[in-house]
Amino acid sequence: MDFLLDDEQQALADAVRGLLKGYDAEKRRTVTEDDPGFDEEMWKKLADMGVLGLPYPEDVGGSGAGPVEVAVVAEELGKVTAPEPFVEAVVFAGGLIAACGTAEQKQEHLAAISDGSVLPAVAWHAPDGSGEGVTVNDDGTLSGTKEPVLNGARADLLVVLAGGRLFLVSGADVDSHGSRTSYRTVDGLRAAEVVFDQTPATPLGDGSDMSESFRTIAAIARIAYGHEALGLMDTALRLTTSYLTTRKQFGVTLNTFQALTFRAADMYTSLELTRSIVTWATMVLADSSSTPAKVREAAFRSKLQVSKAGRHIGQEAIQLHGGIGMTMEYAVGHITARLTAIDHTLGDGRDMVAALSTSLTDHGVVEPLP
Amino acid sequence: MKLSLTEEEQAFREEMRTFFTTKIPKELRERGATEEGESFKDAVVTTQRILNEAGYAVPNWPTEWGGQDWTPLQKHIWHEEMQLANVIPPLAFNANMIGPVIANFGSEEMKEKFLAKTANMDIWWCQGFSEPNAGSDLASLTTKAVKDGDDWVINGQKTWTTLGQYADWIFCLCRTDPEVKKQAGISMILIPMDAEGVTLRPIQLIDGGHEVNEVFFEDVRVPAENLVGEENQGWTYAKFLLGNERVGVAPVGATKRNLALVKETAAAGSSDGGIDDPLLAARIVELENELLALELTALRVVANSTDGKPHPASSVLKLKGTELQQAVSELAVDVYGTSSLASGARDTGVPLAAALAGPTYLNLRKASIYGGSNEVQRQIIAGTILGL
Ligand SMILES: Cc1cc2nc3c(=O)[nH]c(=O)nc-3n(C[C@H](O)[C@H](O)[C@H](O)COP(=O)(O)OP(=O)(O)OC[C@H]3O[C@@H](n4cnc5c(N)ncnc54)[C@H](O)[C@@H]3O)c2cc1C
Repeated sequence: MDFLLDDEQQALADAVRGLLKGYDAEKRRTVTEDDPGFDEEMWKKLADMGVLGLPYPEDVGGSGAGPVEVAVVAEELGKVTAPEPFVEAVVFAGGLIAACGTAEQKQEHLAAISDGSVLPAVAWHAPDGSGEGVTVNDDGTLSGTKEPVLNGARADLLVVLAGGRLFLVSGADVDSHGSRTSYRTVDGLRAAEVVFDQTPATPLGDGSDMSESFRTIAAIARIAYGHEALGLMDTALRLTTSYLTTRKQFGVTLNTFQALTFRAADMYTSLELTRSIVTWATMVLADSSSTPAKVREAAFRSKLQVSKAGRHIGQEAIQLHGGIGMTMEYAVGHITARLTAIDHTLGDGRDMVAALSTSLTDHGVVEPLP
Repeated sequence: MKLSLTEEEQAFREEMRTFFTTKIPKELRERGATEEGESFKDAVVTTQRILNEAGYAVPNWPTEWGGQDWTPLQKHIWHEEMQLANVIPPLAFNANMIGPVIANFGSEEMKEKFLAKTANMDIWWCQGFSEPNAGSDLASLTTKAVKDGDDWVINGQKTWTTLGQYADWIFCLCRTDPEVKKQAGISMILIPMDAEGVTLRPIQLIDGGHEVNEVFFEDVRVPAENLVGEENQGWTYAKFLLGNERVGVAPVGATKRNLALVKETAAAGSSDGGIDDPLLAARIVELENELLALELTALRVVANSTDGKPHPASSVLKLKGTELQQAVSELAVDVYGTSSLASGARDTGVPLAAALAGPTYLNLRKASIYGGSNEVQRQIIAGTILGL
């Protein structure tokens, strides 16, 4: 057992951090001002570094790396609140293609995702949050609405969930047979209402029910989001402690007030507990003996902790900063907004509790080790 | 002890309810929470003018200046019914802050010049207290006012000036004597926003909205008569004003209303979270109960305060009131779930209430920061009430 990164993983972290250098609140604000809500140049640089093909096999243009490498990247992106949609596009959308696609589909799309020429997005959520919102017509086309589709208007390729099956739809086909309406999300990024109107679609894989795989890849995305959130929380705490030691009121720095330093200590406690459980979830995912059910459970547990800690740390970071924490000019507000968005993507803490409750009597104690 | 309202009080409540729900047009009561710009300004001004015409804009002022001879309980009923009907409340800077200060401490000329216009929103006021280095420690403010002949000359900077972009005038705390103890060298001065040397810079908040500003003063000249009350007495007036600010700051009625709306959405089950989820139901029940306790505390405070002095428990109202306001906004985001990400969605499949839930939650983080942060409230409770 070892919770630490090896030298190569550490080198990857350093490289990504180097690439993201200078990503501060001001840069994020400028970048997210305009569509597509992230920096296309940075996306290309991430592609050139091999980051966008990290989890895919080498024979389809990826780098064949494992969950730990994915975690490392997500965490570095989180540390600077980078708006680039790594988890959404690479882990979730690309992950579905890698898990469910035919050999030709993988060949065609994963290489293009890896080199940054194709941005995929997953369309899974119906506007009212219930049901799937999209149906498969007799001729194999799709009709209905998905919303919010993260990066839905910018995406070149959509992976659409309908009737338990998955479909590949090109962005261009949606534009000619349907529509995409883009808008800002709560964290300043972009999502879209995507309307399908007899839109041509290709089944992903053999066209069979993919619910099982969808659940597993969603779990893997939840785990990756956990690492992004960890990076966000880590920075939120760092900014808060540094603010407390520099901001002066009543002639003294704020860390003179124990009422505030104890709250920072509580934030640290939340952060470290989260680090443990999120890292554990990635270790479960990376362990060859883990069944898909085990991975899903680890993802629920990780996201539950992330939901609670994200709220705690996000809210306290703003509060301990006072007014400055409320502004777009300063980083903690962006962090809290992003944590809020992650919390409500693929289920929040309450959903995780509900999911875990169904298997409560399957075990006596919770045993973290295989 | 007696639970029920008297017949007169019940009649009063009915009168308020009828007025708010029939005399304030529906469009004015159904504005989106994050609206801004001219239409927002118009809505605020129009609403307050309707209220003012009926004598309901500034009931807390002295009667000779448009106030009402109401009991504290009647004032409370007025405030609650207004919130339950989703009426835009009278602008706090006018009705709760500078109006009462001028009425209590201003010269007769100042009262004549400002009070009627302030009640009627012919003047939109903003509050120039906080500075970059004077937040919780307000008394350390450094914006300077120097007497030059018959004028005050003002130099310095204010920040977090809420709705300053719409304001005609700003009431400012300025340092007029740097030699004495910091609280003893502060004066309150009234400055027109269009005076030469005043500039305003918008600050964007994390919900994307523009509601606060920085205001800069460079050799701004105003006549000596713009001083409120006496020179170097500004801190006394500010404390009086902040006392008023904190009383109205626990929006029990509005929070109750919002919770009921969230419950309705959850009951309709048209979102990621339905009320049949026991976890969600439990949270709603607990919030309802906490709000009940808060409302009863507010009632207990008004029922037993006859001398006009704030009841010691009123700090509890700000502290708990803002916590519950925030908790309900958090619940709304949870009920809308993934749809709440769609903050910019308009006229798509995502309902407007879902789109606004996230920005509202983020925006309301402010409630525990301004008007005396919740840490400051705890200090008041610990120090003033518990003697610790
Ligand atoms: C949206 C918004 C609107 C506002 N509108 C106005 C306005 O219209 N006019 C105006 O004048 N001001 C306005 N304010 C300013 C507001 O009053 C200040 O933000 C507030 O006084 C806190 O000051 P600060 O932001 O400088 O935080 P700081 O005072 O720097 O406080 C930072 C943190 O330290 C805590 N803290 C400070 N001192 C102590 C202590 N002794 N013990 C324990 N904890 C402490 C605070 O509670 C806070 O958590 C507004 C603020 C916001 C966010």
